[in-house]
Amino acid sequence: MTEAYSFAYLDESTKRMIRRTLLKALAVPGYQVPFASREMPMPYGWGTGGVQVTAACLVPEDVLKVIDQGADDTTNAVSIRRFFQRTAGVAVTEHTTEASLIQTRHRIPEAPLKEGQILIYQVPIPEPLRFLEPRESETRKMHALEEYGLMHVKLYEDIARHGAIATSYGYPVKVEGRYVMDPSPIPKFDNPKLSGNPAIQLFGAGRESRIHALPPYTRVVNLDFEDHPFEPTKADAACDLCGATTSYLDEVIMDDAGGRMFCCSDTDFCATRRAAGHAGRLAPGGEAA
Amino acid sequence: MSALLQVEGLEKRYGARIGCTGVSFDLFPGEVLGIVGESGSGKSTLLACLAGHLAADSGQILYRGRDLGAMAEPERRVLARTEWAFVHQNPRDGLRMGVSAGANVGERLMAVGARHYGAIRAAAEDWLGRVEIDPGRIDDRPRAFSGGMQQRLQIARNLVTAPRLVLMDEPTGGLDVSVQARLLDLLRALVREMGLGVIIVTHDLAVARLLADRLMVMKDGRVIEAGLTDQVLDDPQAAYTQLLVSSVLQV
Amino acid sequence: MIRIENLSKSFTLHNQGGAVIEVLRGAALSVAPGECVALTGASGAGKSTLMRMIWGNYRAASGQILVGGLDVAQASPREIIALRRDRLGYVSQFLRVVPRVPTRRVVAEPLLALGMGEAEAIARAEGLLSTLNIPERLWSLSPTTFSGGEQQRVNIARGFAHPYPALLLDEPTASLDAVNREVVLGLIAAAKARGAALIGIFHDEAARARVADRAVDVTAFTPARAA
Repeated sequence: MTEAYSFAYLDESTKRMIRRTLLKALAVPGYQVPFASREMPMPYGWGTGGVQVTAACLVPEDVLKVIDQGADDTTNAVSIRRFFQRTAGVAVTEHTTEASLIQTRHRIPEAPLKEGQILIYQVPIPEPLRFLEPRESETRKMHALEEYGLMHVKLYEDIARHGAIATSYGYPVKVEGRYVMDPSPIPKFDNPKLSGNPAIQLFGAGRESRIHALPPYTRVVNLDFEDHPFEPTKADAACDLCGATTSYLDEVIMDDAGGRMFCCSDTDFCATRRAAGHAGRLAPGGEAA
Repeated sequence: MSALLQVEGLEKRYGARIGCTGVSFDLFPGEVLGIVGESGSGKSTLLACLAGHLAADSGQILYRGRDLGAMAEPERRVLARTEWAFVHQNPRDGLRMGVSAGANVGERLMAVGARHYGAIRAAAEDWLGRVEIDPGRIDDRPRAFSGGMQQRLQIARNLVTAPRLVLMDEPTGGLDVSVQARLLDLLRALVREMGLGVIIVTHDLAVARLLADRLMVMKDGRVIEAGLTDQVLDDPQAAYTQLLVSSVLQV
Repeated sequence: MIRIENLSKSFTLHNQGGAVIEVLRGAALSVAPGECVALTGASGAGKSTLMRMIWGNYRAASGQILVGGLDVAQASPREIIALRRDRLGYVSQFLRVVPRVPTRRVVAEPLLALGMGEAEAIARAEGLLSTLNIPERLWSLSPTTFSGGEQQRVNIARGFAHPYPALLLDEPTASLDAVNREVVLGLIAAAKARGAALIGIFHDEAARARVADRAVDVTAFTPARAA
């Protein structure tokens, strides 16, 4: 740890301000609480909201995992992980089960979370009503008065245009029968994991200066129509590396001839399965070669 | 039958300038009240006060016996998307240009809890038919519609929840004459079928004559003359009304 | 059914130096059910003015206009609208309709306003149009494009669609051919037979003689013109 930094980079009064915001957000699940977002040593869009929430939550005993679209090894994930290694000196891991605090960009890990874990989402636009109502003053009023008809206008438009609800990420949800919330751009495949989750889920939007949260075991319902119910979707394939059929898959283009493969977006989940002997179609030495 | 709207001594000022003052009238279901006057006569201010878009400085507005001034905002907003309708002069102000015609009509239904896509779509198709828009265009955006179609779409979108009170601000302004006629015919039929109470602001006396049962003539924020539409137009009493009526071609 | 007492009317022209033109003074008239009274007098004597006052179109300066018990001179707009809906009909000289509305709907409109079902109202309207010899191919068109005589017949059909107990007729047989003139006179006779009180202006003297029980010369109510 470099002594020149405060623990986890942010000064103590900023962390206190963010913690107060977090308590309020947890007390009113799904409600967007404004906070005094700070300039961070990284550009907006790199998870400045998530980083501030992580900084406010970290304690020296924490074990930190950072993922970007499920992967521990992308630039964004590696940079943020190193940032906290350097400024907080906390232990880091790539294993979901070992982490006490996970910062994520646009995924919920495949391995079930447990009580005591904290999942921190990076959020670009926290306002689910923004798509159809540009006025902040008006969207706040709509939340206050539970005027959520507009959300269904968006879903209606999806069905009218595509024959089904085509919204495939950032799928809107209603929290504890009260606030409509944008779960950040996670694939709707992950939406069922939002509800009744034993872990604490915190959402930080740095540029928009908003934090919202789901306390453990919060009831989260996906908005839909009676005759077009919500359906979590994934690519209809198995992971070509570990053979998993139940995980969310990334499609990878292999060459100019249309060759492609599917692999788990959650790199830890995939690696753990391969270590346990599972193999997919393209795995080195795989049974299906 | 009891009054839908009772307005008593309504006044709205913009600083020292009068928006409208001393306005009193009542409106029953199935009635069309026309408000005529030149630009700046206060008719749009009055309509905005009635719609709750502007807060009146004094006076009272009772909607079905309840004082709007004393009503909490949430309740007013619920009324605004269920029992009231507001038809803007420019359909772009009253439509969501970014979503399809069907979604525009369905929005109020969804706002009051409709959650069956098929039923919402069926209602939207029905209403498009009623305002003479080909239901085959349900998935087109309003941008692809002509001005007259946009205005009819705006009306369908407003009437789908069967409101009681409809406020219209120059609904036929900017439309060519044959399109105006279709719209007037449509409005008259809807008023009769649905028992709507309508307040229509217009500067077009021909429109007022064909649509309104009663007329209020406004000038400088005040009601100059009020009464039966054809009586006000054929035997105007006030100097200003006489001037107004004589300034237009034969209506 | 209709009783007028001591009625007077003047127009104040504010935009012409406040000139006051007195057009009627001390008008009195009474029409019983089943009776037809013709208004006579030279052009400009005030026949149409009187008729428009009964219709509620012109305001009275003083006096009473009782139609079926309602004093039109004092009545509120809402009372006059109700009166026109179910008790007082008016066949004016000119057809004034929303353009584009089909003829059969124009004629059915008074019935629809009274709450009659669409099918029944349209059926009755079509019956009248056919009685008045409007060709069926025109029923779905707007009467705004019709000839003067056709428009007049559409107007008459509309005025007779509902059996009003009181009816005002302004030149109902003008611009009609002999056949249709007979049809209209028949309609008027039938209205009288069912007990309607009618007031008419007929320049057609033969027609007046056929249907009017008596004539009232409005010249008697015309104030001497102050020069």
